[in-house]
Amino acid sequence: MTKKRQRTLADERRFRTFISVVLAIICIIYVLPVVSVAVNSFKKNTYVKTETFALPNEESFAGFDNYVKGMTFGDYPFWKCVLYSTFITLASSGLIILFCSMAAWYIARVNSLVCKIIYYLCVFSMVVPFQMVMFTLSKTADTLKLNTPWTIPIVYLGFGAGLAIFMFVGFVKGIPIEIEEAAAIDGCGPVATFFKVVLPMLKPTIISVGILEIMWVWNDFLLPYLVLDLTEYKTIPIQIQYLKGSYGTVDLGATTALIFLGIIPVIIFYLCCQKYIIKGVAAGAVKG
Amino acid sequence: MNKKRRRAMARWGWLFLGPVTVAFIIGFIWPFLQGIYLSLCKFVLTRDAEFVGFSNYLDAFRDQSFMHSFWYTGLFAIVSLVLINILAFTVAYFLTQKIKGANLFRTVFFMPNLIGGIVLGYIWSMIFDGILSHWGTSILLDTKFGFWGLIILMLWQQIGYMMIIYIAGLQAVPEDMIEAARIDGASRTQTLFKVTIPNVMPSITICTFLSLTNGFKLFDQNLALNGGGQPFIQNADGSVIKTTEMMALNIYNTFYGQNSTSRGLGQAKAVIFFVLVAGLGIAQLAFTRKKEVQQ
Repeated sequence: MTKKRQRTLADERRFRTFISVVLAIICIIYVLPVVSVAVNSFKKNTYVKTETFALPNEESFAGFDNYVKGMTFGDYPFWKCVLYSTFITLASSGLIILFCSMAAWYIARVNSLVCKIIYYLCVFSMVVPFQMVMFTLSKTADTLKLNTPWTIPIVYLGFGAGLAIFMFVGFVKGIPIEIEEAAAIDGCGPVATFFKVVLPMLKPTIISVGILEIMWVWNDFLLPYLVLDLTEYKTIPIQIQYLKGSYGTVDLGATTALIFLGIIPVIIFYLCCQKYIIKGVAAGAVKG
Repeated sequence: MNKKRRRAMARWGWLFLGPVTVAFIIGFIWPFLQGIYLSLCKFVLTRDAEFVGFSNYLDAFRDQSFMHSFWYTGLFAIVSLVLINILAFTVAYFLTQKIKGANLFRTVFFMPNLIGGIVLGYIWSMIFDGILSHWGTSILLDTKFGFWGLIILMLWQQIGYMMIIYIAGLQAVPEDMIEAARIDGASRTQTLFKVTIPNVMPSITICTFLSLTNGFKLFDQNLALNGGGQPFIQNADGSVIKTTEMMALNIYNTFYGQNSTSRGLGQAKAVIFFVLVAGLGIAQLAFTRKKEVQQ
C-alpha cells in the first residue's frame, strides 16, 4: 500500500515537471511573434519579407533607418500620434469613470422611472455593434465639431457609457446604504456624500473600469478613424494603418518599426499593472 | 431614504445624470435611431435621404457578397469558438495543478490581449508572408490561408483571455470535492470530467458566448490581415465576392467603398448585423441568468 502510494506521488511529480516543460516551450513560441517584430524592425525593407526569421546580418542590417522613416512617414511626426493617443485614452477613461460612477450611484439609489430608462438603455447599448452606428455617429460628431482629440472623449463617454454604468451599478447595489444615511444625518448633501463617502468606496470598480476603458480606447481603430479630422489628427493605430494599408509599395521595415514602438508602451503598462489588468478583465468578462 | 433626503437627491439629479445623458444621446441614442431610419432610405449624405421602405433589406438579402460573409463569419466564429475554448481550458487546467512557473506562464499567455487588432493583424501578416513567400505565395492569395491565418491570430490573442476566466472558475471548485473523488479511487481523467467540468459550467457558458460574439464582431484583425488585395470570385453579373471578408468588414466596404450610392444598403446590412449580434448577447444573458437561479 505504502509502496503504491509513493509511486503515485513520484508519478505526480514527474507529470508536473513534464507539463512545466511543455508549457515553457509553448511560452517561447508565444513570444516569438513579438520578438520577430523587434528583430525585423532593424532590417532593411526588402529583407523583412524574404528573410523574416533570420537575424539581421551585415547586408540586411538597417540600424535605426526604419525608425527614422516610420516616425516621419507622410510628413506626419510620430510623436504627435503618441500624444493624441495618450491624451484621448486618458481623457476618455477619466470622463467615463467620473460621470458614469456619478450616474450609476444616482441610478442605484433613486431608482425612479427616468433612472430605470437610462439604465436599461445602457444595458441595451452593450449589445449593439459599432457598425450599426458608425456612419451616423461620425456624421453627428462632425456636425457637432467633436472631430478633434480634445472633444472626441465626449463621443467615447457616450458610446462607452453602457459597460461602465452596468459595472458601477452592480457594485453600488452591494454597498450598505446606512453609511450614506449616516453622512446625510451629519449634514452632507448628495454631492458631498458622493465625493467624500461613496467615491472612495468605489475604488476596486474604478480600477477595473479604468483598465477596460484604457485598453479599449488605446487600441481602438475604427471610431477615431471615422470621427477624427484625419488631415490633422492621427492616433497610433491610424498611422500604422496608413503606413501599411496605403496603395503602392509598402515600406515593411518602417511599418515594423512603428508596430514595435506601438507595442512597447502596452507591454510596459502590462508589466506594471498586471495584477489589476487581469482582475479588471475577469470582472468585465463575467458581467459583460 | 427619508423625504428630506429624497428631495435633496432630486434637486441634484441634473448634475449626476446630465453629463452621461447628453453624451449618451450624442454618442449612441441619436446615431442609433438615425441609423434605423436611414436603413429605410436611399442616401449619400444624411441630408439628402429619400424614403424607400424595405428595399434596402431585400437588396441586402440578395447581395451575394453579404450572404457569403454571413456564412464565412459563422464558420469562423464556430471554429474559433471550439478551438479557443478547448485550448484555453486545457492551459487553465494545467496552470491550476500547482506546477512550477504558473505565474510566468499566465503572464505570457495573456500578453497578446493588450495588443490592438490592427497591430495584431500586421504582426501576423508579416509572419505568414515570411513563411508563405518561400512557396512564392501570400496570405492574400488563397482563401484557405486567409481563414486559418485569422484563426491562428485569434487563438494567439484570445486563449489568454479565456484562460483567465477559466482559472477563476477552476480555483472556485472546492478542493475537498476533488480530494474526495481521489480517495474514492477516481482517476485524474474521471475527476476532470465528473467533478471539475460540471463545477465550471458557468465559466464555460461565459467563454462560449464571448468567443462567439467576438468572432461575429471581428473587424480590425480581418481588415489588417485579410484586407487589401483579397482573393475574390467574380459573378456572372459582374459583382465581386471577396472570399475572406467577414460581416463587419463587408458592411464597412459597402459604406466606404467606391460606390457611395450603396450607403442605404450598408445601413440595412448594419441593422441585420445588429439584430444578429444583439440576439446572441440576449441569449447569453438569459442563459447565464438561468444558471444562476439553479445554483
